[in-house]
Amino acid sequence: MALNNADILKIAKLARLQVDDQQANDYANSITSILDLVDQMQAVNTDGIEPLSNPLDAHQRLRADQVTASNKRDEFMAIAPKSEAGLFLVPQVIE
Amino acid sequence: MTMPYSTIAQLAKGLQDGSFSSRELTQDVIADIKARDQHYNSFISLSEDQALAQADAADARIAAGSAAPMTGIPMAHKDLFCTQGVRTTAGSKILDNFVPPYESTVSQLFLDAGAVSVGKTNLDEFAMGSSNESSFYGAVHNPWDLNAVPGGSSGGSAAAVAAGFVAGATGTDTGGSIRQPAAFCNLTGIRPTYGRVSRFGIIAYASSLDQAGPMTHTAEDAALMLNVMAQFDPQDSTSAQVETPDYTTSLNDSLAGLKIGVPTEFFEAGLAAGVAEATMAAIKQYEAMGAEIVDISLPNLKLSIPAYYVIAPSEASSNLSRYDGVRYGYRCDDPADLMDMYCRSRAEGFGEEVKRRIMVGTYALSEGFYDAYYVKAQRIRRMIKDDYARAFEQVDVIMGPVTPTPAFDIGSHSKDPVAMYLEDIYTLSINLAGIPAMSTPAGFVNGRPVGLHIMGNYFSEAKLLNIAHKLQQVTDWHLQQPQSL
Repeated sequence: MALNNADILKIAKLARLQVDDQQANDYANSITSILDLVDQMQAVNTDGIEPLSNPLDAHQRLRADQVTASNKRDEFMAIAPKSEAGLFLVPQVIE
Repeated sequence: MTMPYSTIAQLAKGLQDGSFSSRELTQDVIADIKARDQHYNSFISLSEDQALAQADAADARIAAGSAAPMTGIPMAHKDLFCTQGVRTTAGSKILDNFVPPYESTVSQLFLDAGAVSVGKTNLDEFAMGSSNESSFYGAVHNPWDLNAVPGGSSGGSAAAVAAGFVAGATGTDTGGSIRQPAAFCNLTGIRPTYGRVSRFGIIAYASSLDQAGPMTHTAEDAALMLNVMAQFDPQDSTSAQVETPDYTTSLNDSLAGLKIGVPTEFFEAGLAAGVAEATMAAIKQYEAMGAEIVDISLPNLKLSIPAYYVIAPSEASSNLSRYDGVRYGYRCDDPADLMDMYCRSRAEGFGEEVKRRIMVGTYALSEGFYDAYYVKAQRIRRMIKDDYARAFEQVDVIMGPVTPTPAFDIGSHSKDPVAMYLEDIYTLSINLAGIPAMSTPAGFVNGRPVGLHIMGNYFSEAKLLNIAHKLQQVTDWHLQQPQSL
């Protein structure tokens, strides 16, 4: 599957990555070559084979719904790029 | 008093009999790294103050007679394990300023055991790579040949042990990232069964494939480290609730009657002749110990590359969505709006290979392509798991090469991602199946090390270490030291 620059810009937006036109060209080439490699899969008959998501076929372990973690709010706020009064600050989103 | 190439077992004996203290040892290790690591670039950060405090605590524990086998031993962690109060970068600009407010389970278990963490080792950015060239902190040089890569992604850990700075270091292996650098740097490295070692606090790459393990000179040392690392962790929802044996007690078990499977697919075109010869010569050593060599087939091995390079980037694109410039890590200057902040923080913070894999994964998971890529890859993943299940009905373990060639030159593959991916042909299927596998030294080709790949059934780590240890009793490849030292 060959991707063009417009495909790359669409994927980049979904992935929240800024990509300029020159970079889009480079990514279109390298990602197309990766997809060519990956497309070997399409020739394989996988009818009736269950997808494997956990290599041990294990299910998500559940725990009792009880508070176990300690409150580390101050530690987590301290490493934020911008915070104020216990809130993470981002550019204004609501006028 | 510096003792490059001492093993953990030897250092533990010296600490126990009072030949030296952990403080003396730790001071020497840190001085040695400061003096020599400019040749290798194996460390991103040193944690000297914390290490000396840990060493003093270890010396007190040894004096009190309550030492554990790793107490007082200087070691290093791949800079992917979160260490509370010690910068943890994942080799990425986006986490350049990240000081974790919590400790990974693995690094906590080593602290509990009294081990001394001297610093954090270099790696491919977010553990994505096979050469340690994608690190924001620069390429790592192989101590066996400074023009060669050390392998990746745990290249800094491999170089730190191969350079003789520390006797052991942690690594993680998502598609070969412990075994391939161990092979390239003449080390013993084991990737345990998926779920054997806790992933809590390890910066995630591909969560259904990631697994941590030790990198050391000897199988005995790997057993000592795995004894600390391997246990059930309620904080990791995929941690295996399977009893952990003492990995040191079975190291000398007899191998009489052991059935070793050698897959024909591991010896086909693309394998360098010197690597094939060294690998077969190592396998033949086991016949003298009473093992039987059986030809087997893993028919879907080649499909491990496409399946892996869909599943791993897909999981990565999801895992790495958390780096958004809001709560921690890098944020771009002067964002115009929220979308601009996300897109520029991530574009400026991630390197090329990481961005490429995020986009491949985003594409594979996007509407209309999910079934053709992600679900298809998961079906092939089961075919690969089933191949191994059939093989282990016939044989006890499987052996072959770890890599198609010895360590390649720095810069030789970095322009072509697909060429780099093809290097992973012998390692990826292990991660897809979730079984344990290791690399142990098997000789040299033109001065560059070759590893023997030993693969086992689920939770057979003790058997793998036993098998590697027995080879290390009749060969001295693992004792060789690089001339650059």
